[in-house]
Amino acid sequence: MEHPFEQTVRDHGDVVLRVCRAVVGPADADDAWSETFLAALKAWPTLPDDTNVRAWLVTVAHRKAVDVTRTRARRAVPVDELPDRPGRPDEQPHTALPDDALWSALARLPPKQRACVAYHHVAGLPHADVAAVVGGTAAAARRAAADGIAALRATYPTEGG
Amino acid sequence: MTDNLIDALEQGPDPAAREADHAHVTELTVQLGDRASAEGDVDVVHRLVDSPLGPLLVAATDRGLVRVAFDEVEGHESVLESLVRSYGPRVLPARSRLDIVHRQLDAYFVGDRHHFDVPLDLRRTSGFRATVLDHLREIPYGTTETYATVATASGSPKAVRAVGTACATNPLPVVVPCHRVVRSDGGLGGYLGGVEAKRALLDLEGA
Repeated sequence: MEHPFEQTVRDHGDVVLRVCRAVVGPADADDAWSETFLAALKAWPTLPDDTNVRAWLVTVAHRKAVDVTRTRARRAVPVDELPDRPGRPDEQPHTALPDDALWSALARLPPKQRACVAYHHVAGLPHADVAAVVGGTAAAARRAAADGIAALRATYPTEGG
Repeated sequence: MTDNLIDALEQGPDPAAREADHAHVTELTVQLGDRASAEGDVDVVHRLVDSPLGPLLVAATDRGLVRVAFDEVEGHESVLESLVRSYGPRVLPARSRLDIVHRQLDAYFVGDRHHFDVPLDLRRTSGFRATVLDHLREIPYGTTETYATVATASGSPKAVRAVGTACATNPLPVVVPCHRVVRSDGGLGGYLGGVEAKRALLDLEGA
């Protein structure tokens, strides 16, 4: 790929951050974003020039989201009592985002629905591209996105404001 | 009736939040540049450094400092484009990877530093121009030489105009002190950053 990478970050960085918030939650989104673009940077020289960059970035972000979720599962060791938790020095307290309600509603969806909603509605990919990322058919991706939206409507205020 | 669920998913809550997110992504991009540079995954990193001559864009490859540009004179985007053309598409902003040159420039502009001690990447400058740049680095702080003297010192006494070209295309102004080259008739001669910038640098050095 000969296209300037910095331009790609400018064009897609904001959307990828929202996609990361949607799939891993706001607290881990920065890490997922950084891992996504670092992986993209490594792959950039061998990436064909006609690549659909948005869809490709979402694919990378999807893999990174899976990694982040696994790491989080390993970190979460059940304990009898809640420890006093001073927090690691490098850990930024997560400040509430204006759309936190949306991300928490998404977090309650099954993973496949959450991914399909994020990649179709947040990233704007067609269902066929979403299917290529998550596996399965385009019809299944469309179904999962529709089910996800229906479930979200139950918890997220949808009346026009 | 608007559908604010779909709107919220597609666009985010409101313009102010989108702007805040964009600023956050800009910061994440700088952190990415630092990290990728440490891991050898970028072609060039760059940042702006404040100076009395206006913002300077400084850029480095893994070999060393590759570009210093008068940001407002040469144009930020056009400098970045030329870096992409010369060194590859993976050009990113960074901060800590360029701290050393930043600190040295700060010290230079308050008069506390008289020479720069950072690795330079001059691989795209060759032949006579490279010879001239090598010589420029030998001209002591606070002194000047004429274009003719530099031509002679570079082994081609008649190549006075070529010395002018080498200075005008110096990729590392300030750090490689082409501002210390002046005309034999006492005139300042040209300067990439403008004649006023050249005058200011010579005044700073007490030349």
